[in-house]
Amino acid sequence: MKKQWLSVPYGIWALVFSIAPILIIAVYSFCSRSAYGNIIYEFTAENYGKFLEPIYINVLWRSVLLATQSTLACFILGYPMAMIIAKSTIKKRNIMVMLFVLPLWTNFLLRTYAWMVLLRDQGVINQFLIYIGIIDEPLKLLYSHNAVLLGMVYNFLPFMVLPIYSVLSKLDNSLVEAAEDLGAPPWQVFLKVIFPLSLPGVISGAIMVFMPAVSTFVISDLLGGGQTVLLGNLIQNQFLVARNWQFGSAISMIMIIMILITMGITSKYQGEGGGRQLW
Amino acid sequence: MEEYIIELSRLTKKFMEKEALCGIDLKIKPKEFVTLLGPSGCGKTTTLRIIGGFEEPTAGDVIFEGKQINEVPPYQRQINTVFQKYALFPHLNVFDNIAFGLRLKKLDQGAIEEKVAYMLKLVNLEGFGKRKVQSLSGGQQQRVAIARALVNEPKVLLLDEPLGALDLKLRKEMQLELKNMQQRVGITFIYVTHDQEEALTMSDRVVVMSEGEIQQIGTPEDIYNEPVNRFVADFIGEGNILDGIMEEDFKVKIEGRSFTCIDKGFGSNEVVEVLVRPEDIQIVEANKGMLKGVVESVVFKGVHYEILVRDESEMTWMIHDIHMVKVGQAIGMEIGPDAIHIMKKVG
Repeated sequence: MKKQWLSVPYGIWALVFSIAPILIIAVYSFCSRSAYGNIIYEFTAENYGKFLEPIYINVLWRSVLLATQSTLACFILGYPMAMIIAKSTIKKRNIMVMLFVLPLWTNFLLRTYAWMVLLRDQGVINQFLIYIGIIDEPLKLLYSHNAVLLGMVYNFLPFMVLPIYSVLSKLDNSLVEAAEDLGAPPWQVFLKVIFPLSLPGVISGAIMVFMPAVSTFVISDLLGGGQTVLLGNLIQNQFLVARNWQFGSAISMIMIIMILITMGITSKYQGEGGGRQLW
Repeated sequence: MEEYIIELSRLTKKFMEKEALCGIDLKIKPKEFVTLLGPSGCGKTTTLRIIGGFEEPTAGDVIFEGKQINEVPPYQRQINTVFQKYALFPHLNVFDNIAFGLRLKKLDQGAIEEKVAYMLKLVNLEGFGKRKVQSLSGGQQQRVAIARALVNEPKVLLLDEPLGALDLKLRKEMQLELKNMQQRVGITFIYVTHDQEEALTMSDRVVVMSEGEIQQIGTPEDIYNEPVNRFVADFIGEGNILDGIMEEDFKVKIEGRSFTCIDKGFGSNEVVEVLVRPEDIQIVEANKGMLKGVVESVVFKGVHYEILVRDESEMTWMIHDIHMVKVGQAIGMEIGPDAIHIMKKVG
């Protein structure tokens, strides 16, 4: 006997808070706009056409670029970290994982504001560099592409480390021994056994970093200072400032489709077991 | 060429102050099939892992063809291992699993294909190259694991309870197949098991271990017929183990009765332990045997009946006989001189 009725509350939840809003967005994205910005329920594709203008395509390009860069940076920083945690004793492991998750317990905005304090012209980093005499003028750290990248990596790194760690810690050590036994020196063991077997974790991690990175608007707002407009900023702007809900909805739909495509591609490479439990 | 391919000398291993091995001495000749036999926790797997290079000994030496190799990492040893749970690479198919070692040696593709094909034939898995390892049965995975190790033409093959996960019938088939394979490829096999029957079936020599020490080294016949102490006698096969006192050479006193035996060289009146295998006791008519007893239970075991008999001095004997007797029946027991094996009493 399957207790199917247990899924009813979740079904209602998903219907009301996920499926219905997406449908509403989908409908809005095809609606026309009156001169005063009101929604007219009349079919049009002009909202999507508008997105093809170079200025918006540029925003898309910048968003994808930044998200890709931060995913890569998280991978390069996160993989060794995940390996170190997975190789430690259980006691150390738990402490390390906790240290890693600890910043997530403080407010996301607060953490991002903290970076502003560190990076601004009179901030801790610039003052320190001037104090020890490396620079005379403060560096322009805040409100730049790199500041946004830094903010993304800082905020999303745990989402890369945890799935990789989870796969690595379950990796059967006898496979490592078997590879050594067959003549593989340590780096070959990593290349031919450990890394291929940890791919599901890497893919999960990449998705979990890429998706929030491509849609964030807070980080680019605070650390980019309006210089770095991303898709998230664009959507926020269309809804709250320009009052063009139709265009905002169209961008949202484009983003949803982009993410679905990414997930479709990556799920092909995600073999059985490992990492998937995070989703 | 060295007389011995592997020598272990005073090998000791401690895990957190606990001694897992206390001074193992063992010499293994080329092309020998040696089995390390013992209950779990006796140190047999630790010994194997030290030979394979996965553990370093706390003290003592591992010598391979005359050279000490204590610190040589596993990937530089001409030794391969078949792991207990096979440890096949799940991301590679059968062919790539077997070719793993060859690719590391940078052999060209033609040579690799030839060698893998030969191995697949040797282990009866022709045409399985493209299969995923997860789609194979336990017995087939086992064969892939053996092929993956043997294809590297190691000088020594280590096998860590490789048949443990298979069912009885398959296990018996694989025992013979492994022995066969070993003779064909002419490689030294060091085999670890807790299954005494497996050890007796396959080995040239059996090393019986207990609590980190070697109890006895010998051919299967030796350790079955001439166990050196109670542990070996008890662990290998079944037996009636009794206390006795040596009266003189060829005469032992058990429970106040004198028996003729074929062992000598013990001190007079030395307290010894006596082994009588259950199949060596003959059942005769009640008043004709050396001992008289009443049948307590009879269990059918397939080839024979396992019969428990209580004798006049309230001692229970186990007898294996192909003839049926009835519970409650009075019988006589005949124990010939060569059925009695005298062992030194330890502890």
